[in-house]
Amino acid sequence: MFRVSRLPLPALAAASLVLVTTALALVFFVAPNDADQGFSQRIFYFHVSIAFTAYAAFAFGAWKALRVLWKRDPNADLESYVAIHQGVIFGTLVLLTGSIWAKISWGHWWLWSEDELVLFLVLYLFYCAYFMLRFSVDPGPQRANFSAVYALFGVVLIPISFLAIRIAKSFIHPQVFTLHGPNFGGWILVTYCVAQAALLVFAYTLYRLELTGKRLDIRVRELRLA
Amino acid sequence: MTTAEKYVTAAYCVIFAVVLVYVVIIALKLQRLEHDVDALEDRAAAEDDERETIEVG
Repeated sequence: MFRVSRLPLPALAAASLVLVTTALALVFFVAPNDADQGFSQRIFYFHVSIAFTAYAAFAFGAWKALRVLWKRDPNADLESYVAIHQGVIFGTLVLLTGSIWAKISWGHWWLWSEDELVLFLVLYLFYCAYFMLRFSVDPGPQRANFSAVYALFGVVLIPISFLAIRIAKSFIHPQVFTLHGPNFGGWILVTYCVAQAALLVFAYTLYRLELTGKRLDIRVRELRLA
Repeated sequence: MTTAEKYVTAAYCVIFAVVLVYVVIIALKLQRLEHDVDALEDRAAAEDDERETIEVG
């Protein structure tokens, strides 16, 4: 049976390179200017894709956390930690690219009155605090359990953050997806789909790279102590 | 270059810079791991040498 986790890292890296290059070419040379927002809408292809990738990384981290508590999977703790680390990196990018877009569209880098911004920041800071908790406990089953419970609590914030965009009132945060499907078509939809696929594959490549490095580090430490 | 073009360029440069910093950090960690593996290899070789020089009887 085909398993993504068995794909070799160089193949994933090559797929990431091809997809990200294609996405950038589509964003800058193929996708038309948005009728409402003009050229600045091009930030959205990566901003939205990065946001969904961050949510996916946090959800994946929570799934692995559940496996720590449920199946006592010995590898799941490290996998959960690396996934959440990826989520925080992509979350940083969401905040940075979102701020740049807000400056063009709203004239402000940040607005505390906007629920969708504040809720994403809460989600982001919640997962930043995950590392403080994790590294304040000695390695072992206790740390794995604490980290897993914390990661599972955080996953509740994902739908709240996602729904906040739909209930945003004072400024209009563009909705990419509605109950009736995507809010756009043609090349804009194709470009978004390619960008989303590119970011997901890229994030997974970075996840596998970091996981490989961390596993090697643990093995070297064990060998040094042997 | 219009203001919108400048901001879009800045956004994509920020993404590139963050990813670059991440890759550099991972590369530095891998370099340290390589150094640690070399040190372990040297230690293992030294231990092998010690074993070979012990005279029995």
